[in-house]
Amino acid sequence: MDKYKLIAENITVSYNNIISVKNITMKFKANTVTSLIGPSGCGKTSFLRCLNRMHDMNKNVKVMGKVVIDNTDLYLDNMNPIYHRRKVGMVFQKPNPFPTMSIYDNVTAGLRLNGIKNKKILDGSVENSLKLAYLWDEVKSDLKKPAIELSGGQQQRLCIARALAINPEILLMDEPSSALDPISTQKIEETIMNLKNELTIIIVTHNMQQAIRISDYTAFMYLGKLIEFGETKKLFTAPTDPLTAKYVKGFFG
Amino acid sequence: MFMELKPPHNLFVDKIFKIIIITSAFYILILIVYLIIKLFLESGPIWQEIGFSFIINSDWNTIEGRESFGALPYILGTIVTSIIAMIIAVPLSIGIAMFASYMPKESHIILNFIIDLLASIPSIIYGLWGLIVFRPIFVKWFEIPINSTLGEHMWLFSGIPLGLDIITASIVLAIMIIPTIASVSREIMKSVPLQQQEAAFMLGATKWEIFKFAIFPYAKAGLVGASILGLGRAVGETMAITMLIGNATGVFALPKSLFQAGQTMSSILANEFIEASPLSLHISALIGIGLILLLFAICINIIAHVLVVRMLKVREGLINI
Ligand SMILES: Nc1ncnc2c1ncn2[C@@H]1O[C@H](COP(=O)(O)OP(=O)(O)OP(=O)(O)O)[C@@H](O)[C@H]1O
Ligand SMILES: [Mg+2]
Repeated sequence: MDKYKLIAENITVSYNNIISVKNITMKFKANTVTSLIGPSGCGKTSFLRCLNRMHDMNKNVKVMGKVVIDNTDLYLDNMNPIYHRRKVGMVFQKPNPFPTMSIYDNVTAGLRLNGIKNKKILDGSVENSLKLAYLWDEVKSDLKKPAIELSGGQQQRLCIARALAINPEILLMDEPSSALDPISTQKIEETIMNLKNELTIIIVTHNMQQAIRISDYTAFMYLGKLIEFGETKKLFTAPTDPLTAKYVKGFFG
Repeated sequence: MFMELKPPHNLFVDKIFKIIIITSAFYILILIVYLIIKLFLESGPIWQEIGFSFIINSDWNTIEGRESFGALPYILGTIVTSIIAMIIAVPLSIGIAMFASYMPKESHIILNFIIDLLASIPSIIYGLWGLIVFRPIFVKWFEIPINSTLGEHMWLFSGIPLGLDIITASIVLAIMIIPTIASVSREIMKSVPLQQQEAAFMLGATKWEIFKFAIFPYAKAGLVGASILGLGRAVGETMAITMLIGNATGVFALPKSLFQAGQTMSSILANEFIEASPLSLHISALIGIGLILLLFAICINIIAHVLVVRMLKVREGLINI
């Protein structure tokens, strides 16, 4: 069934007129996990941020191309990106909880932005999201604690919970486990596999073992270009491009 | 290979630097303490004659032989004008700062230039502007209509709408402190990390919601600090107030209505200090008011300082609001 949840077409990103992502086209099937791999600075983050128009924050960035979610182009002029952004959750490379807000308020921030005030719903969402992010057991007794008092890894799991709380249909994760210890990493990987039943996940990772473990598809980027994109197993065992072959064997990067 | 490290001669420079800093800090502290003691001694007669009820008395009679002095009307005058000015200036300044942090670069520069320019205009110019330009317009379009409709029923709007009164002085005061508060607030909002704004943005926040979720909570204490910095300016402001407040004395200066003449601690000093004969009880009363004003200013600055330091610690993640 070739039902695509998300289609990125001819995406080009430039910072101050310097091109970082060159004409990338990728299609993502619903309920799959796709890993983006490639050496540092190859444009993974830049590409990922196009998928929910995160670049709108920065006036020096120019994005060209189309991003189609459920048959709507995110970059159409008359499009209100906010509605679509609420369907796309994102976890950033560096944990960025709201430091002055409590754990509870961090998780419910997205729901409150959507006008949900019912305490039962919020409570339920906090427990559910924190459990999915494997943080619940560590913080359930102290949900009023400010987020800044959590460790770096806990903060990152809080950010994952915050992104999940709005029930996104697509989840973008930028190296979510770079701040986590092996045990939390393993738990987050389990979460990702479980979440696949409900949403479409795109994850940037430097850890090739992780890509192999969790993703159905893998894309290899190099110097802003998409070099190879296909089923994870195939990309790692029988890559078609010599650059990919070199990279997955660990020769550079 | 073994590498020889430089001898730590920098330590010596460090030490000298430290001594200089400590000395200058002490110098300022000593200066302030000296000023307080000096003002207290010079105003000695008033504390001896009237005692601390000087602070709660309202009379003001400078005629020799029938002298009586009370600072209350001027203390209240300073508090009331400052509060009104803050009520007007703080929301406007934060609005300007929000606007400034969202504008494209070029117009940003122009706006910042205007803000900084406004901050550097001498206060007597604001006073003249208030007197010549603002006052006639304000009296005609605001004071007279309000006074004639509400004046009889509400004490707040009673009195004679001449434009030389508490509200005119407070509004001009507000205009004077807006640049200060706006420019500091702008810097504080700019210092909120981009990642914070991205977090709100990712959750689907609108521009306003980004302020509400990411910028305000983070910058809260700093914005309070910025406002209190403006308050410090408002409390000390002299020339413009003296020109616009109508300069009542004694019980007539007790603030009751917006449309009445008043007096602040700094304006009474500006008005009467030169006329007062040396060694009179009058002059020691004025110096006493100066002392109270200084203590006011010190308290405000300490509060502002504590809040800003707290804010910095919050940013470093040491404490939370
Ligand atoms: N805000 C920015 N302003 C200017 N240039 C940028 C900005 N962000 C990224 N770049 C440039 O774009 C290119 C791609 O960066 P990007 O962050 O997308 O790489 P990445 O693949 O995510 O790297 P990493 O694995 O280290 O996170 C880099 O050359 C970088 O210098
Ligand atoms: Mg990156």
